[in-house]
Amino acid sequence: MLDILIVGSGGAGLSAALSAKEQGANVLVVGKSYPTASQTSMAQGGMNAALGNVTPDSIQAHYEDTIKSAHGLCDRQMVQQMCEDAPNSIAWLEKLGVPFDRTVDSKVAQRQLGGASSKRACYAQDYTGLKILHTLYDSCLKERIEMIEEHLLLNLIVEEGNVLGATFLDIITGEVKAIHAKTTILATGGYGALYKNFTTNSEGATGDGIAAVLRAGGTISNMEFVQFHPTALKGSATLISESARGEGGYLVNNKNERFVDELLPRDVVARAIFEQINSKEEVFLDIRHLGEEKLLHLMPQEVHLCRLHEGVDPVTQLIPIKPVAHYTMGGINVNPKLEVTGLKNCYAVGECSNAKIHGANRLGGNSLLEIVSLGRLAGKHAVGCDYHRTTQNTTQLQNDQEYIEGLFEEYPYERNFYKIQDQLGVDFYNNAGILRDNTQLNNFLNELRVIKADLDNMGIGDKNRENNTNLVDFLQFQNLLEVGEVVLDAALVRDESRGAHYKTAFPNEDDKHFKADSLYWIEENVLQSKLVKVVN
Amino acid sequence: MQITIQRTHEMVNYEIPFESTTLLKALYHIKNNEDNSLTFSSSCRSSVCGTCAVRVNGKEVLACSHTLQEGDLIEPLKYHEVQRDLKVNKQKVRETLRTSTAWLQQTQETSISEQQVALTEKQSDCILCDSCYSACPVLEVNPNFIGPFALTRAYRYTADPREGNIQATIDNIQTNGVWDCTLCGECTAVCPQGIDPKMDITMLRGTSAQFGYSDPNFQAMDFGGFGGF
Repeated sequence: MLDILIVGSGGAGLSAALSAKEQGANVLVVGKSYPTASQTSMAQGGMNAALGNVTPDSIQAHYEDTIKSAHGLCDRQMVQQMCEDAPNSIAWLEKLGVPFDRTVDSKVAQRQLGGASSKRACYAQDYTGLKILHTLYDSCLKERIEMIEEHLLLNLIVEEGNVLGATFLDIITGEVKAIHAKTTILATGGYGALYKNFTTNSEGATGDGIAAVLRAGGTISNMEFVQFHPTALKGSATLISESARGEGGYLVNNKNERFVDELLPRDVVARAIFEQINSKEEVFLDIRHLGEEKLLHLMPQEVHLCRLHEGVDPVTQLIPIKPVAHYTMGGINVNPKLEVTGLKNCYAVGECSNAKIHGANRLGGNSLLEIVSLGRLAGKHAVGCDYHRTTQNTTQLQNDQEYIEGLFEEYPYERNFYKIQDQLGVDFYNNAGILRDNTQLNNFLNELRVIKADLDNMGIGDKNRENNTNLVDFLQFQNLLEVGEVVLDAALVRDESRGAHYKTAFPNEDDKHFKADSLYWIEENVLQSKLVKVVN
Repeated sequence: MQITIQRTHEMVNYEIPFESTTLLKALYHIKNNEDNSLTFSSSCRSSVCGTCAVRVNGKEVLACSHTLQEGDLIEPLKYHEVQRDLKVNKQKVRETLRTSTAWLQQTQETSISEQQVALTEKQSDCILCDSCYSACPVLEVNPNFIGPFALTRAYRYTADPREGNIQATIDNIQTNGVWDCTLCGECTAVCPQGIDPKMDITMLRGTSAQFGYSDPNFQAMDFGGFGGF
């Protein structure tokens, strides 16, 4: 029997796979796309580690910066452990062959990112995530780790609270399959696709693993915390990395005035930009003064993307920008061993999880660190779980087969869910975005519940069984609705401002009531929630 | 504007109601509004995930970074099994990465300079979009050819100062590998990342020679004529 099933083949999943394999476990990685297509490929800026190669640094300083950005909602021991492990994680990646940039004295080069007290982010031009991901992938091939592509997670198979594996839609054949394993690691990514057309995330960031845990009786937390990246291209929402500001780029408005310290944490900068836009100013990123040679060396990708999507040449022109959803801090609630709350033999890691690292706001450069450091940790912890199931449970498989069959046979196609999904993106941006308001949140939550109730009238227009991406889109859309409902409810409940969550009517942190994690789970088909105080 | 898409069983014309758009946006417009069954692959929308490569008027492009022109003909990649419409099976092609063993074979402790990183900076920009593979004419005659991206990747690791066993990779790219390339440069012409697999293959030939390998085609020319049957 398979020891470890890893769902999701981005940086977290592949790091977990390599670490579990290193310890002799029999591992299978299953993803809905090809491993190299994951969100990790889009991470540009860098990966934090207090190496002090460029400016003096310490693990303590990394820890403090992270804690500060988390605004009270983190597990200090988890943060400490990750910051301590960061140099090891870089050394591990170096050993695998990641081509990090170098300093003149042949050390790993490090750059400044927002909220950091030192030049701490190790980078490979602005392709840091891409190069880490591809090197992990090459290493998995080398270690003969089996990877299955084009399998969309449907549900966890659970018996008396024990996770026995998961069911998948084989996108190529259209079959619904069960894969059983002693232990399951979820590394399925975030839910940024809720903000469709207002997010830097890929189309696949649809919270599949988070929704599956919710349906399986597990607990998710802090879903209201969504980080907005200050600088995406105005038209296409394509990311322009923080390194553009780290290297000395300015933010200016129509009057060519700078209006914020560009290196403040992302939430502060994003709000400042949003307020400018609300007061009818256009906002631009200005990197012209850095000069063509430096731009082409340090951020060739940005230069290319500006030319392609916005039709501007950043060497000579201002870049029109808007802040967009970039990273989702909330996710599957896990303990320090990365075990999912409410489920046994099940771990979660990476953006899909809430490991209490980022708290209310993630520091740039800590997400690549999390997927590598905690990804390896998840692999380690998952080895050695030896729950043996007693019965051959096929209920979940049958239920999922029947549901998918029903989509082909029964569901009418009266409402076009793609149009609803587009509108949902606009509504999430305006009502559950950078500045939040209870009346808006409340109205939108009611609308979203109406949409959920109307799912029976949507369904799929494409009735072919094989390679049906319309079916994939529809299943992902349902995951977004489930996850989105929690985001709105949690945002509504939290009457304060903390990190990335900002309510105009409650502009301050309220530790007395809300220095707490918001937990959500389903009990007897009803969504339940509670706030649990964070003590540390 | 009007475009034509090679779908599984037929060519279909579509009217796109935008003046200027990327191909990917146009594909989504069709799928979301006109025909849910149009099938293609995409993910990041910003030219870095390698998912959305197709051919436009016979040339490989990323759908997310191609600005559509009147009359464009859209087809799936070549030398890949077409699963449906523009969606192709990349799994078999990925096997070339295993064949070429494009990874660090044996890591050695060493210091790496700025200049050494720069040597393979381009090669490690590869996004595995398979454009080069689709453009390679060698695959027309030899379906077992390892192909451009896997060879570029093999080069990227052999040129890494951390590689302590270059020969292990070199040994694996002799058959259906470096010597089968015709150096036509079609791969280089279509790479969205500006990578030059032709040059990388040339470099690998040099390294192969250092390990005692030589071009089997020259051997055939030298002796084949007299060898008779």
